[in-house]
Amino acid sequence: MGGQSGYMAVAFDEMNGLGEDLRPAYHELSRWLKETPPDALEYRRQEAELLFRRIGITFAVYGDSEAQERLIPFDVIPRIMSATEWTLLEKGLKQRVLALNMFLKDIYHGRDILRANVIPEDLIFQNPVFRPEMNGQDVPHDIYVHIAGIDIIRTDPDNFIVLEDNARTPSGVSYMLENREIMMRLFPDLFARHRVAPVERYPDELLSALRSVAPHSASAEPTVALMTPGVYNSAYYEHSFLADKLGIELVEGRDLIVKNDEVFMRTTEGLKRVDVIYRRVDDDFLDPLTFRPDSALGVPGLMSAYAAGNITLANAVGTGIADDKAIYSYMPDIVKFYLSEEPILKNVQTWRCREPQDLSYVLDNLADLVVKEVHGSGGYGMLIGPAATKATIEAFRDKLKREPEGFIAQPTLALSTCPTCTDKGLAPRHVDLRPFVLTGSSQTTIVPGGLTRVALKEGSLVVNSSQGGGTKDTWILSE
Amino acid sequence: MLSRTAENLFWLARYVERAEYLARTIDATLRVTALPAAYIGKTNEWDSALLTAGVGAAFYDHYEEANERNVVEYLSFSSENPSSIKNCIEAARLNSRSVRTALTSEMWDTINSSWIELQAVWNKGPANREELAKFLRFVQETSLRFDGSAYRTMLRNDAYWFSRLGVHLERADNTARILDVKYHVLLPEEEHVGGPLDYYQWTSILRSVSATTAYHWVYRETLKPWLIADLLILNDTLPRSLASCYSNLVRNLDQIGVAYGRQGAAQRHARGIRNRLEHSHMDDIFQHGVHEFIQEFIADNSRLGEIITKQYLI
Repeated sequence: MGGQSGYMAVAFDEMNGLGEDLRPAYHELSRWLKETPPDALEYRRQEAELLFRRIGITFAVYGDSEAQERLIPFDVIPRIMSATEWTLLEKGLKQRVLALNMFLKDIYHGRDILRANVIPEDLIFQNPVFRPEMNGQDVPHDIYVHIAGIDIIRTDPDNFIVLEDNARTPSGVSYMLENREIMMRLFPDLFARHRVAPVERYPDELLSALRSVAPHSASAEPTVALMTPGVYNSAYYEHSFLADKLGIELVEGRDLIVKNDEVFMRTTEGLKRVDVIYRRVDDDFLDPLTFRPDSALGVPGLMSAYAAGNITLANAVGTGIADDKAIYSYMPDIVKFYLSEEPILKNVQTWRCREPQDLSYVLDNLADLVVKEVHGSGGYGMLIGPAATKATIEAFRDKLKREPEGFIAQPTLALSTCPTCTDKGLAPRHVDLRPFVLTGSSQTTIVPGGLTRVALKEGSLVVNSSQGGGTKDTWILSE
Repeated sequence: MLSRTAENLFWLARYVERAEYLARTIDATLRVTALPAAYIGKTNEWDSALLTAGVGAAFYDHYEEANERNVVEYLSFSSENPSSIKNCIEAARLNSRSVRTALTSEMWDTINSSWIELQAVWNKGPANREELAKFLRFVQETSLRFDGSAYRTMLRNDAYWFSRLGVHLERADNTARILDVKYHVLLPEEEHVGGPLDYYQWTSILRSVSATTAYHWVYRETLKPWLIADLLILNDTLPRSLASCYSNLVRNLDQIGVAYGRQGAAQRHARGIRNRLEHSHMDDIFQHGVHEFIQEFIADNSRLGEIITKQYLI
């Protein structure tokens, strides 16, 4: 391929497919890449980094005091998707999130799915992320997951596969928005040659979704606030960014007070009632009276205001039970159970180590599998068999035998790749995609795009920003 | 607006103002100490710099001697000193991060980019006088840019007013302190007043509040201690005078009062101080004792800070 000689395929490539067949959505980009000298790309890359630093788009890595604020590396080559691909993905995402919401309603109310023996009971009731406080509690419009971030991967051109559902406090949407801003600043010519669907209406969609789920006792103009754990949280930048874009107050626990089961924020003009809290604080830290008493982040009495129906929390409390890795393997069944439809998005084949048969298969094939902690996240605590040493595998084997119910296993997937700037020129790097699904009282919307994460290290399959992953702008082309 | 946001804006402005003031103080002290001993007398200028910064006692927990190296380090780069320039800028940046939504992007950019630039300076420390001078100038420019971007880009609402309150409260405190210390140091007995020895010292005060040129425009006189006191205390036209700070404090508090439809203790207290300044004459102040007058003012001023905090910020 001319200007990109040496581009060696390692998996299904978003641009070049399985071989040398340039995929249609990438025609213009490919032409542009051939016209653009490599040092011009490098120059833009440096410019982008400078912009990110000045804007202050940083994230904190816990336990890394040296680099308290780091930049997530940004790769300037966009990841592109055709309108047809997007339409299919969008349909699948809506189906998936609808099922997640129905599942949550059911788990905290009638529990039909348990009575039908689709999911084993103990997987719910013995799960630390199941919240008994939510039993029988109604939430406005039966919506639990207002904001979902569904991690999508592909291994071939035909299927979208869900790697993980994020139904608690998914982050990353600020990168979707800022990446686009910066790309438009740096590459106006490239945009002019494409018809890229805009993402900028996300904040408006989010705000109207949040307002639509205000409690009955709210006024006609409900007050929405975004609750953050504070400046030291790794996603703090995103919290302040979103609050700003939505034009709502960015509150911490200490700004809120509960009186007579209503939630108020302390303002310079006295107390002001809050109706909807877009909370980016985990369940455990919401209310020290209900959850962790040692938490200084929360608001005493918040859960009782919640129970009284005077405040809407987005996402609802207890959604962790829907995106738990142990539940994940049941998602195809969950979709079928509630919607009587075939799931549009596939699941990664998953062995549940709690089941003896699966466990013995996993133990026999550790060197080929990825084993994940059921309650882990961020790419921590997992075993990537093919990349691990013998000793690591053996150590993991012991852990697995001791506590099989704490783990699931999946095949190592050759995630699709996307051309990415590296020291040695353009090279394929593995990517995933996190689109953000918003559910309000009357509709579910997905802004065309999402956060493409890219594993920058050669051969690496781990895209998490805490582990050396970077991001790309994601372009959905209009018809 | 959230009380915490208002509090952060208030303190953000104070930190930036304080950083600038410290930079000016160090700058002015460097100039005086560069003079031959015959011109500056026996006083230790670095000691008086510590006093005007209000850290006279704490300094000696960490150092033996108040010399240039130690004091510059303590006031500029020390992490031990809670109000060193470094800590002021760090705190200002942290406050800015927590109230980013209330700042314009220009204000954030000023603080953040200065902070990024200053990292390099305080990681290695200035190698020589020239670098130090550059650093001090940079800090002053940061404050000017911050002020300018606030003035030019912020909505004129409570966010702006709370930030202005911080500026003027801090500024009044700084001006009062430097005047107090210098008066104390320079006027132990009245007979020395106006001696040639003091000339450079008085210039140094004016320099710390960037009022050297202003003095000459206002009085068209050689430097006279009582005129300097008049300028810094009572002259409403000098932005760093106590009178000017209080005109602004009263105005900003009134704006807040009108916007919220309610006046309170802060408005009354500020008006009280402003009225006292308005009706004072230098003769009376001298009779009463400059030191006593300023001490009272400093206490009143910090009381206003407490009242504002109680009324709005918690």
